[in-house]
Amino acid sequence: MYDRSAKLAAKGVVIEYWLQRSHALFTAVQGVDLEVRTGEFVAIVGPSGCGKTTFLNAVDGLLPIAAGTLTLDGRAITQPGADRAMVFQQPGLLPWRTVLGNVIFGVEAQRTMGRAESIERAKQQIELVGLSGFEDAYPLELSGGMQQRVNLARALLTDPEMLLLDEPFAALDAQTREMMQLELLKIWSKTKKTALFITHDIKEAIYLADRVIVFTRRPGRVKTVVDITLSRPRDLRIKRDPQFLTYEDQIWESIQEELAVPAERLIAGVPAA
Amino acid sequence: MRRAIEAEPIAARGSGDAMPARERRSAVKPGRMKEWEPLIIGLLTVAVVLTVWQLVANARLMPVLFLPGPWDVAQAFVKLFQQGDVWLDMATSGEELLIGFGMAIVVGLVLGLAMGWYTRVQYALDPIVNFFYSTPRIVLLPLFIIWFGIDIQSKIAVIFLGALFPIIINTMAGVRNTEAALLRVARSFGASDALIFRRVVLPGSVPFILTGFRLGVGHALTGVVVGELIAAKHGVGMLVAIAGQTFQTPKMLAGVMLIAGTGMLLTTIFQRIENRFQTWRPQIRR
Repeated sequence: MYDRSAKLAAKGVVIEYWLQRSHALFTAVQGVDLEVRTGEFVAIVGPSGCGKTTFLNAVDGLLPIAAGTLTLDGRAITQPGADRAMVFQQPGLLPWRTVLGNVIFGVEAQRTMGRAESIERAKQQIELVGLSGFEDAYPLELSGGMQQRVNLARALLTDPEMLLLDEPFAALDAQTREMMQLELLKIWSKTKKTALFITHDIKEAIYLADRVIVFTRRPGRVKTVVDITLSRPRDLRIKRDPQFLTYEDQIWESIQEELAVPAERLIAGVPAA
Repeated sequence: MRRAIEAEPIAARGSGDAMPARERRSAVKPGRMKEWEPLIIGLLTVAVVLTVWQLVANARLMPVLFLPGPWDVAQAFVKLFQQGDVWLDMATSGEELLIGFGMAIVVGLVLGLAMGWYTRVQYALDPIVNFFYSTPRIVLLPLFIIWFGIDIQSKIAVIFLGALFPIIINTMAGVRNTEAALLRVARSFGASDALIFRRVVLPGSVPFILTGFRLGVGHALTGVVVGELIAAKHGVGMLVAIAGQTFQTPKMLAGVMLIAGTGMLLTTIFQRIENRFQTWRPQIRR
């Protein structure tokens, strides 16, 4: 049965890698079932190396799935498309292009927008992510937090139906990360994009999401789904709310069971996340 | 205090929100004196070397034939241009260099990019490139003289082969060194291969390509000089060879200066081009 309200639907998704060095097939994700509804903000957490980033890459269309179905609006995902845009963990900015040049790179690659229009709209996006005045700065002149704002603006400019975020704030310092979370929620409430957010930070997941999905250890599957009913808009103080802490305990315990990994399952040379 | 302010922008990289760009730039903007400093210090070194050389030469422990001073060389240089034969030598060597190096740039770029972008082209050409790269190409000159005679064609061939391989190898390295993260971003946004090549791979390879050109200049000049030393009708290399064989040491050194000057000029030009492409890289000053 196809749920009409589901934007993204994964049923029994299996993702396998061929490991060149050890000549072995490696299962990163084993039977993921989940749905993301239109306009919903879903976060996936899980122990490191559980396949959450791999799953996100498959949703983006960068990796093929070995079994199961993965659909966006009922259509199977086979390759990257203009209906999705990824915000990467590493900003991946072209160092020889200015902030403006990097923000338009996404639409330039997709060939979905003329140059004049893309520059005009890019300026609006730059303002939205709080980088006004930095249009002509080069990435190496920016701090890590500012680089991630460019990364986000580049994705938003393509006006995707679904925003995919792969631990975008993991490399930032604690204060910057909190500010970015706050800003992301502001931008999300303005743009109403469906969002799938990968993180290993439980607090971050609860703070941002409508639902938090916990993955098992590798090969990853959905272990628990926690509905977060905290009211919106949320400010950063909500992280000390008793209800917030209850969610945190619940999710932490779920992950902790997965961390008690038997030694023989810790195989070296396995790709991270 | 000043030092601390200048060092700040580098320390501020990484994380945490930085100052607005305009303030940051003004903090690193050097004064007029600072801009000229490298040139002034460099010229001082040259002056010291020339002075010591002149003093040693003036002591005349050795005859002029064995150790001419810089003044003798300068006079020989002026005389060279008064006599006028040097123009033909320069034109000949210049033509060889221009054609040989120009062809090396075109062919080297095409082959280097193709070998970097298509793995199979690399597999196919690797044995040939390795063979020539590990051989001093100058040993092929006798063969080229048999094929092309002692006119400029044999020199063009040896210059071409000399400069070609550093350009191929550096260009290929540039393409291969494209950051995986950038490729992933481009693929994620559905970029075509052609767009990835033009907008990501090619601009990222520019510093490597220009390094290849600069290394190529050195090899090309070696080709000009050695080629003409062995067999030529005209050329600056031949001028040096004949002056040396006839013990006109100042004239010989004047020819050497001419060659060195050309090399420095070409290297500087490529350095300038490289700097133009690197405006995005923060300057590191101390």
